[in-house]
Amino acid sequence: MSFPQLIAPRELRGSIDAFVDHLVTDYADTLSELSRPLLLALNWLEGVLRQSPWWAIVLAVVGIAWLVSRRVGLALGMGALLCGIGLLGLWDAGMQTLSLMIMATLLSVLIGIPMGIAMARIDWLRAIMRPVLDVMQTMPSFVYLIPVVMLFGLGKIPAIIATVIYAVPPLIRLTDLGIRLVDQEVLEASRAFGANPRQQLFGVQLPLALPNIMAGINQTTMMALSMVVIASMIGARGLGYEVLLGINRLEVGRGLLAGLAIVVLAVLFDRITQSYGQRVRVGGQR
Amino acid sequence: MSKIEVRNIYKVFGAKPERWLAAAQAGMSKEELLAKSGHTLGLRDISLSIEEGSIYVIMGLSGSGKSTLIRHFNRLIEPSAGSILVDGEDVTQLSKRGLEQFRQRKMSMVFQRFGLFPHRTVLDNAAYGLQVQGVAKAERERRATDWLDQVGLAGFAHQYPHQLSGGMQQRVGLARALATDAEILLMDEAFSALDPLIRRDMQDQLLQLQAKLNKTIVFITHDLDEALRLGNRIAILKDGELIQEGTPEDILLSPANAYVQSFLQDVNRSKVLNAAHAANPSRLTLTMRSRPAQVLERMRALDYAYAPVLDGKRLAGVLTRERARDAVDAASRDISAYVDEMASVPAGTNLEDVLGHLLRTDAPLAVTDDNDEFVGMLSRAKVVELVTPPEAPVEEAAEASADADVGATAEATPERAA
Repeated sequence: MSFPQLIAPRELRGSIDAFVDHLVTDYADTLSELSRPLLLALNWLEGVLRQSPWWAIVLAVVGIAWLVSRRVGLALGMGALLCGIGLLGLWDAGMQTLSLMIMATLLSVLIGIPMGIAMARIDWLRAIMRPVLDVMQTMPSFVYLIPVVMLFGLGKIPAIIATVIYAVPPLIRLTDLGIRLVDQEVLEASRAFGANPRQQLFGVQLPLALPNIMAGINQTTMMALSMVVIASMIGARGLGYEVLLGINRLEVGRGLLAGLAIVVLAVLFDRITQSYGQRVRVGGQR
Repeated sequence: MSKIEVRNIYKVFGAKPERWLAAAQAGMSKEELLAKSGHTLGLRDISLSIEEGSIYVIMGLSGSGKSTLIRHFNRLIEPSAGSILVDGEDVTQLSKRGLEQFRQRKMSMVFQRFGLFPHRTVLDNAAYGLQVQGVAKAERERRATDWLDQVGLAGFAHQYPHQLSGGMQQRVGLARALATDAEILLMDEAFSALDPLIRRDMQDQLLQLQAKLNKTIVFITHDLDEALRLGNRIAILKDGELIQEGTPEDILLSPANAYVQSFLQDVNRSKVLNAAHAANPSRLTLTMRSRPAQVLERMRALDYAYAPVLDGKRLAGVLTRERARDAVDAASRDISAYVDEMASVPAGTNLEDVLGHLLRTDAPLAVTDDNDEFVGMLSRAKVVELVTPPEAPVEEAAEASADADVGATAEATPERAA
């Protein structure tokens, strides 16, 4: 026995299709105009990474790793891992992926932290955002890839948008959580001394939430990396594209090496963001 | 005009406090309110008046509303009804900006679990209030360092709070509160998280600082010993209601009800009360010129074994009944030649030390004030009565104890004359 039809799925699908079509015909140009600065920034970053000599990039990564962790061993290890990507013959693809990752992470931070702060302060916003975040994390990415591609065309922009949609929720959640977990007595102390909301946020709440926020950034980068293969399907080049080629041509070796390079990038991002979070924790709180 | 006037503060906690405020004001009990509406009555009709330059202690067990009450003073918690006047200005009417200004300048606060900023150094913590005010870095660090020195933390400026012991952390909290030069200091169970020896140190330090600074201090505690030690006045709260308010002596000597009395059970009364409390004004005081025959007759009539002899307002000595008889027998013109030396204690001596005196000797003991003027004779019966806490139902009978060995006191009534 079939389930009673209360609404007509065929019509519903049709009207959604019509709505998206309408969006595409009326707004696609505006949207791609709006996303131009993003594309320019991404192209610039990609150009810098791909055209710089390899040793300069390795030195920069070693330098950054040392700055955030103050551990020589960790910094040198990070440099060695990056060299590993080059040894696998994937340097250029790796740099393409790296630039996409950096942009996606930056965008996620720009969106995620203010959103998390707003959620921590406004209870009704939190009530709305929690199910929205659940949807963002569980909805299969192909579902929103199709309309995004229709709106922006194939290329890096839809890849970044899809990556951000998938990767930003943990950062929002952990920023919100971190601010809510700040010791109430400490916050009360700052209020008792007459701190205004801005002084409370930047002087007390954000610094004390920083370990959690860093954990959120760490999660965001990890999830973004897991999107690179899917992103390559809609025109983003890089390591994901190599994996895709491997699958298409049934070249296991190509797929495996590119996969390994993705793992190496993941380890790089993870160790660097985590060691910063740790240092923040040790410096202040116990 | 007192520094802080708290007028008819009510606080109802819950989803819709304004709907149930009227019921609470009409006298609905805390339990009934909770059962009917799910709202908790935090404070009921609290009115206090706090004098400038005094230490005002608000005391109660956990859940009595004392921490809620102190947070009304700087509006960390908004009252449901009532007003709070500080220097005649109603705090509850302040705008957001005005409230920030008020908290920066007028009041500072010390917290039970210190409330220090874990990500700031000791110096930055102490300078926080000044930083919020927008004082330049060099100036605020100079002033913060100064206060850290005063509370005994010189040399710890660049440590982080978690590197310090509890007592030292609270000193940072104290320095932070003092650094803003606010006239009013709110201390929310400030010493409760410290172990007893450190707590005593901190109490001493607070009293020393207060002697110098003369701030208006509102001090919250659940410890009556602490309250009696620090407070110029004490208010006792229970279930959000004010039970009794008065000087430490008022509370010790005339507890308002059984609840207050149960608090008093464990207090070391002999440390709080002093010789003045146990002194009886003598009904018979003599001067050097008194006539022996007259004196002897009065002493017989009152059944006194001795009477104090004054020289002006000062204590000259004591005349016993035997010596008075000798004077009569010798037909002296006055008693001056027959007056003996008498030991005396200053009025401020606490009863603990007085007890030592009494145990060593049976001789009568006089109480004198700061100017060496005679206050009265020490009554043994009164000492005993003051030092032993009253049983739950107060019995007047305890007062009728024998007092013959003291002699010249009010308890030796004429009816008991031989």
